[in-house]
Amino acid sequence: MLQLDHLSLAADGFRLTADLSVPAGARVAIIGPSGAGKSTLLNAIAGFVTPQAGRILWDGGDLTGTDPGQRPVTILFQDQNLFPHLTIERNLALGLAPDGRLTPAIRARVADALNRTGLDGLAQRRPAGLSGGQQGRAALARALLRARPILLLDEPFAALGPALKAEMLALVTDVATETGATVLMVTHDPQDARRFAPLTILVADGTAHPPTDTAALFADPPKALDDYLGSGF
Amino acid sequence: MASRARPLTSARGAALAAAFLGAMTLGTVAAVALHAGTARPGPADWSALRFTLLQAGLSAVISTALAIPVARALARRRFAGRGLLVTLMGAPFLLPVIVAILGLLAVFGRSGTLNGILAALNLPQISPYGLHGVLLAHVFLNLPLATRMILQGWQSIPAERFRLARSLALTPAAQFRHLELPMLRATLPGAALTIFTLCLASFATALTLGGGPAATTVELAIYQALRFDFAPDRAATLALIQFALTTAALLAGWALIRDAGFGAGLGRPPELPAPGGWRKGMDATAITLAAAFLLAPLAALVARGLPGLTDLPQGLIGATARSLAIALASTALATAAALALALATARKAPAHRLFDAAATFPLAASSLVIGTGLFLALRPFANPSDMAIPVTIATNATLALPYAYRLLAPPARSLHQDYARLSASLALTPVARLRLVTLPHLARPLGFGAGITAALSMGDLGVITLFAGQTNATLPLYIHSLMGSYRMEQAAAASLVLLTLSFALFALFDGIGRRHAPA
Repeated sequence: MLQLDHLSLAADGFRLTADLSVPAGARVAIIGPSGAGKSTLLNAIAGFVTPQAGRILWDGGDLTGTDPGQRPVTILFQDQNLFPHLTIERNLALGLAPDGRLTPAIRARVADALNRTGLDGLAQRRPAGLSGGQQGRAALARALLRARPILLLDEPFAALGPALKAEMLALVTDVATETGATVLMVTHDPQDARRFAPLTILVADGTAHPPTDTAALFADPPKALDDYLGSGF
Repeated sequence: MASRARPLTSARGAALAAAFLGAMTLGTVAAVALHAGTARPGPADWSALRFTLLQAGLSAVISTALAIPVARALARRRFAGRGLLVTLMGAPFLLPVIVAILGLLAVFGRSGTLNGILAALNLPQISPYGLHGVLLAHVFLNLPLATRMILQGWQSIPAERFRLARSLALTPAAQFRHLELPMLRATLPGAALTIFTLCLASFATALTLGGGPAATTVELAIYQALRFDFAPDRAATLALIQFALTTAALLAGWALIRDAGFGAGLGRPPELPAPGGWRKGMDATAITLAAAFLLAPLAALVARGLPGLTDLPQGLIGATARSLAIALASTALATAAALALALATARKAPAHRLFDAAATFPLAASSLVIGTGLFLALRPFANPSDMAIPVTIATNATLALPYAYRLLAPPARSLHQDYARLSASLALTPVARLRLVTLPHLARPLGFGAGITAALSMGDLGVITLFAGQTNATLPLYIHSLMGSYRMEQAAAASLVLLTLSFALFALFDGIGRRHAPA
């Protein structure tokens, strides 16, 4: 279980508090207006933003002071998830061996992950030689290899078209099922939330609200969500 | 978006580099200041100060004034070899001063081409020594720099302005007044001040073409006080004057000088109107004269030096080996220090402002001031001649560091912005991060900076003159001693060796960087 215990995040003129818990293995959408702090919340869990107060706990252990790379977390950023000058194989291998080793055993596991994400034969390409969808797949293949208990998605597929995005979310579901990961996904799109995430965290008015049932939330949206979604929804 | 940064890793490498630079710049000035109290400047020292200001001022004014027609011609004309000529204009920065001077002597010297022609025409001979010799060399070395800076100014005028001018049918004179004059007013002070600052610290030129009571710069006076008069206190006083001069010039032109030298965008498509008639002839004349002025000395040097290559003097091999060793060591030192400082500044490590300042200090330093400070500080412990090589390595690394650092700082910043989080989230080990991420990303600026450092160090004739004995001269100093004994053919041959090695080192390091940079 992921717990945000009286967490308080602040940056110039911006404040966000969160006091909630997410059950292990859950798939959760994070939705809310731009600038409300969705990405900041994710970056705090990943270890890139230091909280003003409060704790972040995973299975009862305190993560708050842990380095990003030592946390039980894989994060996919909005962009720059792959090193552009390294081959796809190298990029994936870094998920298994942070010291840059490239042994036959590692190469075999990378090849297997590429195979399962539909990237056969692209191991020696550089990211620029891949389409946007393939780059997303490569980042997910590395998440599959790292198999961390928490997977954070900071809108990595925002630039993809609707069909491709649906395909990516299906792949995320596969990866999460296989690794048993708890997934938190930032999104702007209620469609994504309904399709992918049984639970939703609403971030608005300086608060990250505890996760609630996605279908119920959109059926009877609170005022802050209603304002964000606009009338006619 | 991100709030307070996470606790940052310490920056031991950068702290070490900053401490080294602080000792080499502020430390040597402190050593100089401690000794300077006992000797007050005499009439000869004031005259050296006056000459320094005079020659630097004239060099700046003449170089920039002559550069205006050349830059305008290059900006508005397209011809075969134009790109090559613009590239060539960047070369004098790396050209060893002693090589340039031997080239100039081959044309303008007593037995040079020009005096040969004058003698054949029964005209009076010219002498390349004294004030006008120093000015000749400074204009030769700095006209290309001024031309590139002003050319950049011309190319920065938006194309739309010229289209508007043409649609209004402005005469060339009106166009000059309304478009080009404002640009020149903004560009010329920076160009002139840059050259003025460079010429303030002129040593090798004054050493070879100046001298005597009428043509001694402060730097040359420091050398004479230490080497000939054995007057360390007087040298210290002069070094303090020199430090005050360069610091004042640097502060005066802070914003203008910081980014001078390496401009981008010299090959953009022409938008400038290219008027015909007599203006076309004027532009052709400016380009031809400038090219001849820059190329003739090098051609004359090659003509004079080539025959001597078969009969190189004894001692050349030792001097060449010493110079290569010094160049490689100072390149390693400067590149490692610049990289450590640039990475620490990019990730805003604690004290990063201090690191940035430490990488800038050497711009206010000069070879002879550092040399005097080290001479005074180390004298109690060792014989100057024994320290010649390490002192030269450290000084050359210090003086080249600001260039290497300024090349690395912007790409290091964007590398940090784009990939620091990814590297951290994957928990890359420091070695893997350096090998797989940092070095490949920064390969190009690292190689270019190392090339500049190696070429500058190879050709340097500065601090070594204070320390070297008979047996440990570098190649430039060896060439200088050949000149001193009037073996001009051998000096020309040796300077061809120096010229080739300087540019070969630059090409080597720059090539390594290009090869390892991501496509």
